[in-house]
Amino acid sequence: MKKILVKGKVKGIILKSQNPINFLGTVDKKTGIINDEHHDLFKKSVKDTILVFPYGIGSSVGAYTIYSIKSNNSAPLAMICEKADLTVATGCALANIPLVIITEEEFSSLENGKEISLDTESSNLITFFE
Amino acid sequence: MELTKEEESALRGEQGEIMQMAYRILVATGEATDAEKLVPIEWAHLSGVNYNTIGDAGEELLSSISKDAKVKVKTSLNPMGFDIDNVSNYNLDDNFISKQLSIKKSYETMGVIPSFSCIPYEIFDIPKRGTQVAFAESNAAIHVNSFDNLKTNKESSFSALASAITGKSPNSSLRKENSSKLTIRMKVENPNELTYGMLGFFAGKVGDESVNISGIGQLDRRSCKSLCGGMGTSGTCAKFNFDEDNPESEKVDFDQEEMNKVYDELNTCEKGDLITLGSPQLGLEEISDLAVRLKGRSFKKRCMIFCPRAIKEQATKLGHTNELERAGCEILSDCCTCLTPLIKKEEVDAVTTNSIKGAYYLKNSNGVDVNLKSLSEIIEDETK
Repeated sequence: MKKILVKGKVKGIILKSQNPINFLGTVDKKTGIINDEHHDLFKKSVKDTILVFPYGIGSSVGAYTIYSIKSNNSAPLAMICEKADLTVATGCALANIPLVIITEEEFSSLENGKEISLDTESSNLITFFE
Repeated sequence: MELTKEEESALRGEQGEIMQMAYRILVATGEATDAEKLVPIEWAHLSGVNYNTIGDAGEELLSSISKDAKVKVKTSLNPMGFDIDNVSNYNLDDNFISKQLSIKKSYETMGVIPSFSCIPYEIFDIPKRGTQVAFAESNAAIHVNSFDNLKTNKESSFSALASAITGKSPNSSLRKENSSKLTIRMKVENPNELTYGMLGFFAGKVGDESVNISGIGQLDRRSCKSLCGGMGTSGTCAKFNFDEDNPESEKVDFDQEEMNKVYDELNTCEKGDLITLGSPQLGLEEISDLAVRLKGRSFKKRCMIFCPRAIKEQATKLGHTNELERAGCEILSDCCTCLTPLIKKEEVDAVTTNSIKGAYYLKNSNGVDVNLKSLSEIIEDETK
């Protein structure tokens, strides 16, 4: 673990992307579905997942998209990134979505579809369930 | 991050909820960007104005915070969704218009200058070298860091708003002297503004915080803006260094092959039903140049031109808007191609533009096809 940007405790299924995410324009603010056909999560919804992706890119308004999907109950339970960026950090800070930044090694250990719990107050940040 | 006693007190909520929210955002921003303290800023530029992008949740949030929040420093504002003077021509529903006007009112109540422009660096005086600012609009952040000698993070909408309200921003790494470990060597010959937009898009993908660029000479205004718009779209990178070529930096070439890859990603068709110019919005130089190039010619199809209201007023006094309207252009103030609600896929299949930023959002957000052409090609092919 490198940094805890927004605190919290959640349990859920990993939705993992190898591509960065541009929240504005490519994530539907009502449904949380990704609509960029070049993206590896094309047609998938981020709703109620533990969203694992390298980092956020693109327009600064993406922070509002994060706040919108939270207001529309379509937000991820938590986000886990490899690199911190301001759009995601401030969107999560305002929407109160737990956000942690992890190392490259930890990032590659997280597999799509696996159930985990994330607790920023625990010494064991991530617990895996088999 | 170290906070002063007063900042700590604001974070604990002793100066009200608004200040607490603002400091919570600044602290998350500071932690994310390895800042050790907050520094005063002199100018904030906000994004998050267009109802099309911030939606009901954004409109409600702004309406609620505007009851208590006031900006502490000079604060300018990004484009909104339409130009009130001609919105009736564009078949926009009443809900959109009233929500957009509510957003406008919220910002005005907070004391924000209603500039509705993504090119604040062209319509306001630039403060002295090294001045700390907080710019959210990505093309503007890159432009002021790279061409105007100001210092900003690549802010998010919320971090810029928090900076406007507190007059402070984290002293993130981008505000400090830095040199990039990556140099992009420009290898494409005879570049035009579209080439520079694609170079920017490529740079945003490969660069991290800042990149060095070698192999380009003096750029005209149009190419500078295109470069910044392209880079802001594709990555997190927020500064170009032109003068220094660190010999130890890693080298990456932007050649014909790389350019073709960007072109193939963003150009999805060979013909547009309408043309848009301006993302970033056009400045006075570009408008006057366009008016000269269009002398005696007119567009064969619709052409939408986006510029700040302040620029349109100047252009009108100089006779340029008359000339452009004669050539068949629709001139829109206060809004922009990028994330416009005025181009709907139910009405338009494809758009021709010279904007890489516009192309990306037209395709991904508006859901229309895009035909990329430089301005010279547009005038050659689309006017008579």
